[in-house]
Order: sequence, then C-alpha cells, then structure tokens
Amino acid sequence: MSMTVKAGSRLFGATSTTEMIVVRAPAGEIELTIGGHPALLDASGRDGSTDVAEGHGGGAAMGKRYVDEAGSIELLCTKAGDGLPALAGELLALKDAKPLPASD
Amino acid sequence: MHLASLVEMVESGFDERALLGTHEHPVTGAQLGQLVRAGASTIQGKYTSLVYAGENHPLLPVALLSAAWAGIPFVPVNYRLEDHHLMSLIDRQPGALVLADQHTAARLGDVKEPVLVFDEWLHSFPAEAPAIDPPFDDDEIAVVLYTSGTTSEPKAALLRHRHLMAYLLGSVEFGGANDDEAVLVSVPPYHVAGVANMLSNLFSGRRLVYLRAFDAKVWLNTVRTEGVTHAMVVPTMLARIVEALDGAEADVQTLKSLSYGGSKVSERVLTTALRAFPATGFVNAYGLTETASTIAVLGPDDHRAAISSDDPAIQRRLSSAGQVLPSIEVEIRDDMEQPLPAGETGMIYLRGEQIAGEYSSGSVLDSDGWFCTRDRGSVDADGYLFIEGRADDTIIRGGENIAPAEIETVILAHPDVIEACVVGLPDDVWGQRIVAAVVLRPGRTEDAEALRDFVRAELRGSKTPDTIVFRDSLPHTDTGKMLRRVVLTDLSSPTVS
Repeated sequence: MSMTVKAGSRLFGATSTTEMIVVRAPAGEIELTIGGHPALLDASGRDGSTDVAEGHGGGAAMGKRYVDEAGSIELLCTKAGDGLPALAGELLALKDAKPLPASD
Repeated sequence: MHLASLVEMVESGFDERALLGTHEHPVTGAQLGQLVRAGASTIQGKYTSLVYAGENHPLLPVALLSAAWAGIPFVPVNYRLEDHHLMSLIDRQPGALVLADQHTAARLGDVKEPVLVFDEWLHSFPAEAPAIDPPFDDDEIAVVLYTSGTTSEPKAALLRHRHLMAYLLGSVEFGGANDDEAVLVSVPPYHVAGVANMLSNLFSGRRLVYLRAFDAKVWLNTVRTEGVTHAMVVPTMLARIVEALDGAEADVQTLKSLSYGGSKVSERVLTTALRAFPATGFVNAYGLTETASTIAVLGPDDHRAAISSDDPAIQRRLSSAGQVLPSIEVEIRDDMEQPLPAGETGMIYLRGEQIAGEYSSGSVLDSDGWFCTRDRGSVDADGYLFIEGRADDTIIRGGENIAPAEIETVILAHPDVIEACVVGLPDDVWGQRIVAAVVLRPGRTEDAEALRDFVRAELRGSKTPDTIVFRDSLPHTDTGKMLRRVVLTDLSSPTVS
C-alpha cells in the first residue's frame, strides 16, 4: 500500500506501540511499513489483530533515527515499540549519532 | 519541521513524564499538550502575534508553544526596560495579544493592544478546547527576539520554525534525558538562551524548573531542593554564584552539567567555579540570537583536558568556544572576505540550517547562505573556535586593528581591578586612540600611570591605553553584556581628554 508523507508526518505501528515522526522524506508515493504492516497516519486505525511480521520486530527505541541507504528518508522514533520501520520491504538502518553535551 | 511537531513528539514520547513544574506539582507531556491546545484555541485567528512581557514562569512554554500551535509568532520582550522603551517594542507588534506578569501589566496602561496577566490567561482556558489544526508551515516565523543592542539600537531578529527545529534535530537527542533529570532555567525569557533552553530540554525530555528571576542563593537552593541535574547561566550569574559561595564547595550532589555562555567569562571566575563544583561537568556554549542559539560547544572533557594538560595549545582551549556543531560550517575571512587558514584571526562566518540571519528589515545571508556574525575570531588546527569580540568594537589606531578584549584581559589581571572596558575615541593623529574605563576594588588607589605601565609590560606600546579613567561601576545589560556604546558616550564627553 502506497502513501505520501512529509517532514512532520506522524506514523503509528499498526501492531505495536511504535510511533515515529518523519524528519525527511522523498516526494511522491512510497511504501512504508512498521513491524511489516503498512504504517498508519492516525493512531485510531490500530487494531492489534495481527502480530509484527517476522524479521520486522526487535524493537525501535525512543530518540533513535532510522534511515535508508540512499539517505532519502529519515524517521525519528518518538515512542518505543517492537515494530521496526521499512521502506519498500527493506528495513531502515539505525543512524549513528554522537551525542553532544547539553549546552542549554 | 514546525514547533507544533515538537508538541506532538512530547505528547507521544513523554505522555507520563514530568516536563514542567516542581516535584510537588509536576506537569506531564500529556498535560502540556492539553494546555497548548487549549491556549492556542484562545488566540488562533484573533491575534497576529503573542507578546510576552514578564519574568520567567513555571508554565512559560505554554505561551510559546500555544503561539506555535495557533500559527503566530511568539515575541518575548525585555520587561526590565524603561516604560517608554518597553512600550515602543510592543508597539512594533500591532494586532498582538500581550501577556505580562502582574507587576509589568500595571506598567502597560498606554499600550494599544490588549494586555492580560499570564496567570489570568492560563485560568481562562476552556475545559474542552475546540480542536484546531496547526498550520505546520515551517517557513513561518516562530519567535521574534530583540537583540540587546550593545553596539546599536535593538533589532528584531526573526527565527523561523525550520531554524529552531534544525537546531534541535542537529544537536539534541530526542528523549536523551533520563526521566529523573531536571534543568534549572534562570536566563530571562527574552534571551535566545531562554528560548533554546526551553525547546532543547523539552526535546530531551528533561523537566524544566524556572527561576522567576536570577538570585544566586535561590539558584543554589533550588538546585538542592529540586534535584536539578543541568543548568545554564550567563557569566554574570556564574560570578554571583561563585561570590555567594565565598570559597566553599557548592554542595550540589545532583548537578551533572553547568553550561555558561552569552558573553565572555573571566578566567578568574571560571577557575574558581571549577573548584567550587568539582563533580560537575562544565560546558561553554557560543551562539547568537541570529543563529538560533548554540553553534559551538566546549564540553566537560575539553575543560578537564585543558586544565590537566601541559601543552599550552590545549590549555588555551579553556578560553575557546569549543568546536562548532557537526551541522554548522564555519569560515574565518579577511577584510576582502577571503577565507583564512587555521590560526589566523578574521571575521567569523557561519552557514547551516539553523542559521537564520534575518531581521524584520530582511535577510542578511549572502547568496551562498553564509551569515557574517560580526564577531572576530579564529579556528585552531583542531577546529576550536576562539572569539575575540565584536568587529564593531575593534579599535583602529594608526592603521592597526586592536581587539579591546586583548587589552581588557591584561588590565583585568591586575589585582586591584574588578572591571574594565576599552574603547576607541576619535583622534586627529591616530584615527582612534585607546581609552580604558576601569573599576577598582574598594579602597585601592587610582593610579592611571602605574596601570598603564602594567599593561605596557605585557603588550606593545601601541596597545597601551592612551588614557585610563576610573569609574564606580560600568553599565551592563541584565544578561551581563557590557554596554559599550554607553561607555563610549560617557567617555566621549568633553571632560575626558
């Protein structure tokens, strides 16, 4: 199932507690899943009737960023959950970030 | 991204976490979200901006974020200004709703726009707020800040949503704080550090504890009673905290990180502070209003390395602003705007997504997106940024560029001196001559010649002040910046020759 998202769009896992926000996204239709099921743009669509698909679980952690190899999309996890994000079936990779000291 | 997204992120990530208030009366992320939605419903479509004229308040973020949710700019103004100055700033925001503290509201009788006491506004929120969709256009203006105007009249600096969110996304980890962390905010709401403090700690998930106005003893006490783990102060505040401790250790078990910035800190204050807070990590942050806050950071490890190193190049870093953020590019340029190599001093230029470089009169970014800070400085071979001061303060004497800060540092090293301000006055022969205004410790003898000899022993004769005058005090902004233009006016009077 295809969808369009932009920076600031919120994404909800259909079968897990995972919540994401889009930091950067390509224009046009994309196929985005969380936990192997189409990502939801609205939390009210969650039903919990299915499980996280095999290979799409393992836990997304709050504050972590997820990116594709091409760097076309970046998601930030705002609520932890089992389901991991994937673009066109490919799991997104955890983005390396060196934390900076709190300056304010 | 738009600050309304920050509200949604806070609701998602920190729904049950205390983000505002005291231990006794916490406000969770979910409650903050409700307050913001309710607050926005009272202003959306009715006002063109939300002015805030008052002290800090435990619920200050509700004002900024409600304005963001309603799609109008938040304009915090300096309530400490004289009545006519304060009102002239507010008059520059026609169509605004003005929120004020009780005391300030009483002074705003002549303001044309409606004025509400902040607490009364909070009490007026509807129990069931009608849902409104925030505009989410990140090119809209989020915050308007008036620059302190140390060298010229205050200018209205514009920060768009994309600048502030770029700062957060580029340098702060969402949810990076443990849920028992708290930050003590004592910088005023109209300072860019106050805005950055608020947003970056909400983004980190760290509870914001507000001091209504700074007082060193109250600050120390609040750190202890509220289990404060982080705090940001301007150098004047650090000096007052050190003074209040009077040589004793601070006894603040919970304080992990103390950051300072906003103007140059004296080395004496910094080393005393490092001794008074032996278990606390120190962070120096450099940034400008126009850069949406911090662009360079000297972290705790840098501080420790500088103090314990025998290498003068590493020791020297204690007086640097640290390394620029990974999301920021820096260039040092000469007078012809050509980039200079490492170690050479010139004008500091910055580029990056958080660099706003815009006033109500228009953008000052060049066609490639570079912002001229009008601060002079250098970057060493390892990327440490050294700030020398405002280019506009540079004295040109006999064709030689002289940074007042260099002379001030030498004068301040004299044991009799508390404060010094060096400026250039017009001179028929030299173009400009160097005049120093100095405040001595109580009971010391005013001896301008002896002080000039002291400077001449350290610096060349051309950098020795031509005249030294003594004053009982020097003028500062209330966030500790020297008001050089006031000193200049004072010294330009005909009695100083």
